[in-house]
Amino acid sequence: MKIIVLVKQVPDTETNIKVGDKSINETGIKWIISPYDEFAIEEGLRLREKNGGEVIAVSLGPDRVQESLRQAYAMGADRAVQIKVDNYVPFDTTLTSELIANFAKSENADVIIGGRQSIDSDSSQVVVQVAEALGIAHIAFAVSLEISGTAVKSTKEVEGGTQVVETSLPVAITAQKGLNEPRYPNLKGLMAAKKKPIETKTPADLGNPTSKIEVVGLEPPPPRIPGRKLEAADAKGFAEQLVKALREEAKVI
Amino acid sequence: MSNVLIVGELKNGELKKISKEITSAGRKIADALGGKVTALLIGSGVEKFAGDLGAVGADSVVTVNAGDFNAETWANLVAGVIKDKNPSVVLLPHTSQGKDYSPRVAVKAGAGIVADVVGLSVDGGKVVAKKPIYSGKAYGNFKVTSPVAIFTVRPNSQEVVQKAGGGAVEAASPAAGDAKVKIVSSDLSGGNKVQLAEASIIVSGGRGIKGPENWPVLQGLADVLGAALGASRAAVDAGWIPHSHQVGQTGKTVSPNCYIACGISGAIQHLAGMGSSKYIVAINKDGDAPIFKVATYGVVGDLFEVVPALTDEFKKVLG
Ligand SMILES: Cc1cc2nc3c(=O)[nH]c(=O)nc-3n(C[C@H](O)[C@H](O)[C@H](O)COP(=O)(O)OP(=O)(O)OC[C@H]3O[C@@H](n4cnc5c(N)ncnc54)[C@H](O)[C@@H]3O)c2cc1C
Repeated sequence: MKIIVLVKQVPDTETNIKVGDKSINETGIKWIISPYDEFAIEEGLRLREKNGGEVIAVSLGPDRVQESLRQAYAMGADRAVQIKVDNYVPFDTTLTSELIANFAKSENADVIIGGRQSIDSDSSQVVVQVAEALGIAHIAFAVSLEISGTAVKSTKEVEGGTQVVETSLPVAITAQKGLNEPRYPNLKGLMAAKKKPIETKTPADLGNPTSKIEVVGLEPPPPRIPGRKLEAADAKGFAEQLVKALREEAKVI
Repeated sequence: MSNVLIVGELKNGELKKISKEITSAGRKIADALGGKVTALLIGSGVEKFAGDLGAVGADSVVTVNAGDFNAETWANLVAGVIKDKNPSVVLLPHTSQGKDYSPRVAVKAGAGIVADVVGLSVDGGKVVAKKPIYSGKAYGNFKVTSPVAIFTVRPNSQEVVQKAGGGAVEAASPAAGDAKVKIVSSDLSGGNKVQLAEASIIVSGGRGIKGPENWPVLQGLADVLGAALGASRAAVDAGWIPHSHQVGQTGKTVSPNCYIACGISGAIQHLAGMGSSKYIVAINKDGDAPIFKVATYGVVGDLFEVVPALTDEFKKVLG
């Protein structure tokens, strides 16, 4: 079974974001694998452990993404591929998915797994776009996955509950929290990962798709409505003030 | 001509508020671009909602008769209508369903897409979409350069504005195609409660609620307000409530008009999910808790005293 796992490198949540004109200022940023992609890597490894085959970790971006690929190696990936895009725009989902779809096609992948969204752009687009580009099935927000032979069974989160769905390979999956608990890379794995080769592909190798998005500009978040702490003698006093504030000032209730 | 197509969404046979929100947003765009707004509704018996969408700005409504939601067939239906109507702007809901099928629509239409948009404006004949990025620590403005531009819009981010459109209703029957994924069974036992991601008021609890036996304290307030019940990861990880209630980076992103955080410290991962709420109320014993940095109204106090008092007070004024 050939399994492609998508590894997006994103700024650590706790990192301070400084907004530049069309991208963020990268100095001082700590980079991590987008948390949902860790579920994807873990699921890929479990599928391989059960069904055999290989796990290929793929990341798009400049050379810094190799660090995230090494982490995927340390967790147990068999191959790592950097799609080298130096001026990578993390919000350009159509370009990203075309590159990944073309790569997946060249590998004849059976399973493609990514996170349900990346925490820098929150778009929930890439994996399902890849599925459409390849003309294959997709399961979004998977919280369980079983593959035997070519039969695929999964529980997915939907509004108000869950659904059990079935399909057959090839399939693209987006991992929701609950799918598994990602393993930690151990020291031995981390040491070994340093020496493993990272294959590189360029957009030219993958059909040279063009972007359909123009970044007009980035800006800091809008200022919040100024806040204040309420003063009251007791709970009842707080309650009266809050109700008044929410109804007469904010007019939201 | 720059026409706008919006795709509405229903739940349990009812029109969702997001459908009106994006119709109004579509009206604003169409007025700026000099085009018409067509609203698409998929489902059975959906004609009856045409008037509701006409009242908030749809010039015409296209209805497609279909059974239960399936991402693949829905994408085919929407793409079929796009092909037929040839809009330059398409607005879809950024809901669970929207996230499931909108990527397929974008690829089928050869369109660029910007997802989870909270602001829409027009500049030089093109839509500029604004969306929170990096967990709300920045905002980005984007244009789509392909002939069809698709945007998925975050619930509660757009105002519903009454503005009469034309009201013509037309039934269409684009090809639904076959789905490769079959739905075997559904468990929607949580389905009749107020949905977190689209709720306009959320009452949320964290580790400060001490244990699962205390949810009724918050549920009481939520019931009076018609609010959804949210939770921090600490409360979910402790096994006090299912993950579907979790707000935050590894939970749901919410943008209600009012978010009432009870016994939640306000960790950055929690703020990532609720920081764009319009008004935030924080009830916390610790006056230094980070949640007070984003709170519009802060109450330093014990939630077990303040929340019941608040419930009583709301009961009084709301009848
Ligand atoms: C990768 C990653 C992803 C994460 N994703 C999420 C996420 O999606 N959502 C999320 O919420 N967190 C997330 N977290 C966890 C986050 O960092 C915090 O640990 C979590 O939000 C803390 O939850 P809490 O505020 O309920 O608990 P605590 O931080 O323990 O805070 C409890 C608060 O309750 C107050 N309190 C106690 N008793 C009372 C009382 N009687 N009355 C009033 N106040 C009281 C205390 O003063 C305190 O401020 C994530 C963490 C990581 C590392």
